[in-house]
Amino acid sequence: MQQITFILNGEKQVVSADPSSRLLDILRDTLGLTAVKEGCGEGECGACSVLKDGKLVNSCIVPMGSVDGAEITTLEGLRDTAEGENIISAYADSGAVQCGFCTPGMVMAAAALLRENPEPDEQEIREALSGNLCRCTGYNLLVKGVTLASERGKEKGIWQ
Amino acid sequence: MAVSYVPATFEEAVRIRRETGAVPVAGGTDLMVRYRSPAGTLPDFPWPVMFISGLKEMKGLFLEGAELVIKAGTELAVIEHSEIVHPVLREAVRQMAAPALRNLGTLSGNICNASPAGDAVCVLYALGAEVELTSSSRMRRMPIEHFITGPGRTVLKDDELMTAVRIPLHSDSASFYRKVGTRKANALSKLSCTGFITVTENRIVDMRLALGAVGPMVVRSAELESQCIGMDLNQFSNFKPDLRKQYAELVTPIDDQRSTAEYRKETTLNLIDEFFMLIEKELS
Repeated sequence: MQQITFILNGEKQVVSADPSSRLLDILRDTLGLTAVKEGCGEGECGACSVLKDGKLVNSCIVPMGSVDGAEITTLEGLRDTAEGENIISAYADSGAVQCGFCTPGMVMAAAALLRENPEPDEQEIREALSGNLCRCTGYNLLVKGVTLASERGKEKGIWQ
Repeated sequence: MAVSYVPATFEEAVRIRRETGAVPVAGGTDLMVRYRSPAGTLPDFPWPVMFISGLKEMKGLFLEGAELVIKAGTELAVIEHSEIVHPVLREAVRQMAAPALRNLGTLSGNICNASPAGDAVCVLYALGAEVELTSSSRMRRMPIEHFITGPGRTVLKDDELMTAVRIPLHSDSASFYRKVGTRKANALSKLSCTGFITVTENRIVDMRLALGAVGPMVVRSAELESQCIGMDLNQFSNFKPDLRKQYAELVTPIDDQRSTAEYRKETTLNLIDEFFMLIEKELS
């Protein structure tokens, strides 16, 4: 066990954990942040996506030993911000949410994309979501959702 | 349960490596998956590990003399977006996995994993890349084809860390890269093919061809390549059928969950034909 210090959704966190434990397990079981989902557990489905130092990562393959000193953002830290609300309402209005299991990861993937590229084209959106699997929507509605979030975000000046 | 370490500095990492032989884990994209256990339990590493992704000294890429140096901890996404990286290597990296994995994984991790199906590794063979290995007492470097000795096998010693990949700067008249997989994102490749051709005054001055996932290791033949040097269009076109036959003998794929030996061989030869057409185009 080791003391691991990091910033979680803007606040300092100190947890006692084995460095090889997964960030996903610490978020869900120790800290109670259940927006992060375990789908495949091997970095293929994106349901466990979080931002680490602003970059999209799969928390199921991130060991806590890599988290010391890092800044982690989960959906819980994003959903009440203007940026998060914009993506979530755009997904809802586009019908991009059905069962909801992939949605937290899809919101994080969209946030990571739009921060770097506020006006992506369809190909760039598909590439950005390519590590996030959705078995309900067939992806077209998600692409529509990200496009809508981009358009509304531009009007609202979210990325300025 | 395996012991795990989190070194705070590079010096500490070298010391832990020497004293315990702990296996370095950078992005974890291979090792965290290979040794995963059920949810809520620790990965089942068979040896002590150390997590090195926080070491800033191990990150970054820069030009040094006639080489591009990519430090071992540099994430694939950084390589993909860097203007100083050869476009073919950038393309190969861009086609690996998915964005979130490229934010974690490293090229050096890919090399140490020594999978014959590593796409970027195939490009590194063609570019003549060398790896830099550091222990507390020495630093050595060697060509990548000497470092990897078989599937999952390398000559990395128990007290060494890979610290950089060094890639000679390469200018070519034309380049060729194809990855064949079941889908674009996440799928490991069935096979990959990298080619470079340099032509001066209508003659070949440099030709390189590397083939991935068609044998226990990446295939590249210095002997066959050197036979092409100095050839003009006529000479190359006459030599082509024989050259194809000789490459066919080097292609010895297997059946596995991703593809069949037959498909791999046939498709690889088709890609070689396509590369040869590119060479003829450059020569005419």
